[in-house]
Amino acid sequence: MAETIRGDSRIPGRESFTILRLFQKALKGDELARGIVFVCAAGIVAITALIVYELWTQSTPSIHKFGWRFFVTGTWDPIAGEFGALPFIYGTVVTSILALAFAIPVGVGAAIFLAELAPSRISNPLTFLIELLAAVPSVTIGLIGIFVLVPALNTIVPPLKSILGFLPVFSGPFYGVSVFSAGVVLSVMIVPFIISISREVLLAVPRNQREAALALGSTKWESTWKVVIPYARAGIIGSIFLALARALGETMAVTMVIGNSPKISASLLAPGYSIASVIANEFTEATGDLYLSALIELSLVLFALSIVINGSARLLILMTTAKGSK
Amino acid sequence: MRSALSFRRKFVNITMLTMTGIFTVLSVSVLFFILGYLFVQGGISLNWDFLTKLPAPVGGTGGGMANAIVGSGKVLVLATLIGVPIGFLAGVYLAEFGGAVFSSLVRFVTDLLNGVPSIVIGIFAYTLIVLRVKHFSAYAGGVALGIMMIPIAVRSTEEFLRAVPKSLRDGALALGASKWKAVATVVIPAALRGILSGIMLDLARVAGETAPLLFTSLNNQFWSTGLNQPTATLPVMIYAYAISPYPDWHRQAWAAGFLLLVLVLLINVTARTMISSGFSQKSRL
Repeated sequence: MAETIRGDSRIPGRESFTILRLFQKALKGDELARGIVFVCAAGIVAITALIVYELWTQSTPSIHKFGWRFFVTGTWDPIAGEFGALPFIYGTVVTSILALAFAIPVGVGAAIFLAELAPSRISNPLTFLIELLAAVPSVTIGLIGIFVLVPALNTIVPPLKSILGFLPVFSGPFYGVSVFSAGVVLSVMIVPFIISISREVLLAVPRNQREAALALGSTKWESTWKVVIPYARAGIIGSIFLALARALGETMAVTMVIGNSPKISASLLAPGYSIASVIANEFTEATGDLYLSALIELSLVLFALSIVINGSARLLILMTTAKGSK
Repeated sequence: MRSALSFRRKFVNITMLTMTGIFTVLSVSVLFFILGYLFVQGGISLNWDFLTKLPAPVGGTGGGMANAIVGSGKVLVLATLIGVPIGFLAGVYLAEFGGAVFSSLVRFVTDLLNGVPSIVIGIFAYTLIVLRVKHFSAYAGGVALGIMMIPIAVRSTEEFLRAVPKSLRDGALALGASKWKAVATVVIPAALRGILSGIMLDLARVAGETAPLLFTSLNNQFWSTGLNQPTATLPVMIYAYAISPYPDWHRQAWAAGFLLLVLVLLINVTARTMISSGFSQKSRL
């Protein structure tokens, strides 16, 4: 009896002793500091998971009602409660492809110039300027788009249309706001990404690769095109993927020049609509749970696209820079 | 034959190299065009009323965006208070305390979060806050922009902490400092300049964000008191005014665009010169 009492009293004593030790350790700081910074790091994972959870639960009504039909039907009728995302997916894909078509040659070309030809005295300030271009807020680029690009296209395009108008992609009336205008604006916004990342990837190509090609008698261009570029290929493609991810999600500048009309048209000169711009335009006016839910499902689609594209871009860039440092 | 071939090769060489130069000039001149146009248009549109008055009633002329300037300030301060501590401490975890597996998970997720379109973050803040409390507020806008600030705060903190030489850490530990004391009093101060400039770039990036604010802080024609009301911000005002049919609102959209651009570029240039004068290492954005 006495023993058990002594035992009982000893066990809590020991517990409070270990708690005290822990407490002292925490006061000394290391464990506490590790705990705090760990919580913040884990918090980032938690926030990202919460984004997925929120978007998923909020779009459930729409997912249940429409299923896969959501992606293949083109009726967007809030009054009838019919929602099909096809026109927006189409608009997003076409504007992004257009933007890449303009931005890839310009971006990769400029990156070659900055990494291979220009001395660093010129190359560094120019890269600095180009990175500033990436910092220009998208809404101000949209401002230029509405008030400068659209009027300019309105004077340039009609004469061109009289020559090329027989092609389906240039058919139909042109109002200035169009899928084409959105592609141009987007290309301005993504070029800086392609340039600054591709340049870094090119600079990571070992010097002896170039020297070997030049020693074999190739011209500067041949050594660049046949040796340096293939070596850096994965990284350059990675930079293009990153630019694509940005183009898909870009909202304001596109909304301001795309024309906001949910129709699928073969003509690039017709107004269109993108996923991001329909969300921006209709979200605050959306009445009814299903309408809201359909718009949130669209944002879930954007989220999923960005994750897939960004994930593969990071992987590609990692592959080349690791190769270069070997 | 041989000389013809070599002529062709020389021709291709010169042409392609010239093309790359032309593309570079093209990219840079787009920047100068945007800057030039905004400076001229914005400069002539900016006046004292714009900075000090409330917006005119719909369709009216005159007035200004004083409330939006203050509103942007509120939302950005909130965003900084939310995003920077989380991002900074997580960066400290990655650089100083992290284990290999969990750290690479955090890094990967941070990169993904960085790539999430800003409008999606806006929707998230809407479902998380606006839908629950049933009204738009500066808080919701601050949370949206705060989440957007986290990834760059993490990466720049980690990068600049890693650039601190190991000998500094060893020195502090050898003098008997505990790990967190060594980090807090020796390593972080050594990297502070770089971290601060990274955070400035981070702030400049979200300062121009419009999409996440559209359905979180919304807009307001009047002063908003406190942080729990719909709040006007410069980017949202630019958007609203630019798509309006009124010429005087267009003028004010230019003025606001000018103001925003000057702010963003000023922070950018300051931060980048801070980095390049302090470190040879370049921050990846």
